[in-house]
Amino acid sequence: MKILIVDDFSTMRRIIKNLLRELGFNNTQEADDGATALPMLQSIEFDFLVTDWNMPGMQGIDLLKAVRADENLSSLPVLMVTAEAKKDQIVEAAQAGVNGYIVKPFTAQTLNEKIEKIFERIEASNG
Amino acid sequence: METDGQGYEDYAHQARELISEIESGNFSEADNLIDGLTKLRESALFQDLGKLTRELHDTLSNFQVDVRISELTESEIPDAKERLNHVIELTEKAANRTLNVVEETLPRTEQLDQRATQLKAQWDRFTHRDMKVEEFRGLSKEIDEFLSWTSENATRIHGGLSEVMMAQDFQDLTGQIIRRVITLVQDVEDNLVGLIRVTGQAIKPVEAPTPTAQKSVEAEGPQVPGLEKVEVVTGQDEVDDLLSSLGF
Repeated sequence: MKILIVDDFSTMRRIIKNLLRELGFNNTQEADDGATALPMLQSIEFDFLVTDWNMPGMQGIDLLKAVRADENLSSLPVLMVTAEAKKDQIVEAAQAGVNGYIVKPFTAQTLNEKIEKIFERIEASNG
Repeated sequence: METDGQGYEDYAHQARELISEIESGNFSEADNLIDGLTKLRESALFQDLGKLTRELHDTLSNFQVDVRISELTESEIPDAKERLNHVIELTEKAANRTLNVVEETLPRTEQLDQRATQLKAQWDRFTHRDMKVEEFRGLSKEIDEFLSWTSENATRIHGGLSEVMMAQDFQDLTGQIIRRVITLVQDVEDNLVGLIRVTGQAIKPVEAPTPTAQKSVEAEGPQVPGLEKVEVVTGQDEVDDLLSSLGF
């Protein structure tokens, strides 16, 4: 399972990376905004994308839209982990096709639950 | 003030006349001359004052009262103060979270070290066959207890370290808030520079501040308590409720 973590703050990327490692996901890579992440997603096959929203350059919501618009990436599971807490933002992300939405500050347990739920759904829809 | 020679020649001429009138005892004529000198002085003053007034008037006419400045002072600077106070709270909370774990964990590691050192000494005696069977039974029980206790402690220390790691999320959250304040400071600076660089536009009345139109989905960083302007969620539970209402 190869996971890409996108956040402009390296401290948050480290936190997410460590939490994922605890959950047994050791194969992670990092990008600091959507503009850096998109070419990585297009050139290497990732199985999961964890992205922040508010980033300089390309924002997380635009990265999500770009992923959904790209035929090779359109089914990539995307989890947003962001401090953006306005209801219309969450609705916007849902409409853009996000698979999960976590508001910061979050707990290790929340991350664990959301990831499990996303994969359960994917398995259910595949099976 | 008038500095050209012409003005002073007038003074000199009238002053010489004044002295000669006083010396001749023509005091009423002297009084007239003093009045004349005063008027001469006043007219120069009035000319300068007039010039200053005109400059002031021109400056005021050229000065455009920027609506943005009142918006900044009325709402955004107080908001920025709230934001920075929130940053203090978040950093304080993170520091305390971390220190609590450290204070709880340090004694654990000290105890671990003490008990291990103690057992090691006994174990060394056993390996050198310097221990009676009775004593060995006791040691074996102690080692058993120590191993369980160590495992339990390792779990707690692991939990503590995870807590310390999660506490570091403040750097992201406060960083986003501080970035917004930096943008505001930049905005204030630009406006002050604009104020100083007086433009050639006519004076305009202060209009009611027009709220800057914001796209509803524009990212704005963490919510600051008391500054939420639109509906926001207050925790992960509300996010989950909202998403499930959307069929998630």
